[in-house]
Amino acid sequence: MPAQTVHSMPSEVDRAWFGERVDTLLPELYGRALRLCRHRANAEDLVAEAVARAWESLPSLEDRDAFRAWVFRILNNAFVSSCRTARAKADHEPLDTTDRAFSLFERLHQPILLWWGSSPETDFLNRLLREDLERAIHGLPEPFREVVALVDVQGLPYQEVADLLDVPLGTVRSRLSRGRSLLQEALWEHGIEAGLVEGDRKADPNTSEKKAHDQE
Amino acid sequence: MTKNEIRSCEDALRLLAAYIDRELPGPTDAKVEHHLETCRSCYSRAEFEKRLKASLAELGSEPVRPALAERVNTLIRTFSVAGGD
Ligand SMILES: [Zn+2]
Repeated sequence: MPAQTVHSMPSEVDRAWFGERVDTLLPELYGRALRLCRHRANAEDLVAEAVARAWESLPSLEDRDAFRAWVFRILNNAFVSSCRTARAKADHEPLDTTDRAFSLFERLHQPILLWWGSSPETDFLNRLLREDLERAIHGLPEPFREVVALVDVQGLPYQEVADLLDVPLGTVRSRLSRGRSLLQEALWEHGIEAGLVEGDRKADPNTSEKKAHDQE
Repeated sequence: MTKNEIRSCEDALRLLAAYIDRELPGPTDAKVEHHLETCRSCYSRAEFEKRLKASLAELGSEPVRPALAERVNTLIRTFSVAGGD
């Protein structure tokens, strides 16, 4: 297949090529859509919309080798115009930057956990399931989830995210920082509930004292 | 730029996220890298954050229900092409 521009209406050959490319990328299109929209039906609608938009724009795609990045951009743009809710678009209170970020690493290294193993953070990550991460990212408030989905899941540069969401670069940075902090906190809490952090070692001294007191 | 001088672990950790995201300008990036090469504690922290980010990147691909694959295939068949009817 020659890598050339389709100048006017695509042909049957173009359609076959397009269908094959889309089919190959479908799990990635859907995975990305699902992190952005969270719900399966919305994510599937988003994928369908992106595919339709991509076909319409195909004549403008100059280098077909760039199809992959191009179609992901179309998906993200479709997300912004269709799936993204007013809540995410709304301006937010400036974040309290003095609020110290939650660090999973630091929690796993607190002195009370020291005897746990030589590398508690590696053990923790090894025990973490894909669905734990899914639940954590889906549980983030929307403005944070979308930035984490774009930067961490998709690997986009900050500037591209800022342009896409039409927010200043600083907003991308602060939402990312807050989003990651919330994500790590959710993983930590899940780790305690699911027993990834074992026994009494997980205990916050205040919590265990309170529990002991409550039982009396 | 004093803002990007690294004199302590705190300085390195402040820049760590941007470092992992490959968002730091070259000279600053090199300073963080140098710190990580010489500081075991920050190095472990960086490895942890990188692995967590890599785990999140894996969420960017998801098995597709046959119904979606079929829906997309059907959609593509409806697209009009040159020389078609
Ligand atoms: Zn250090």
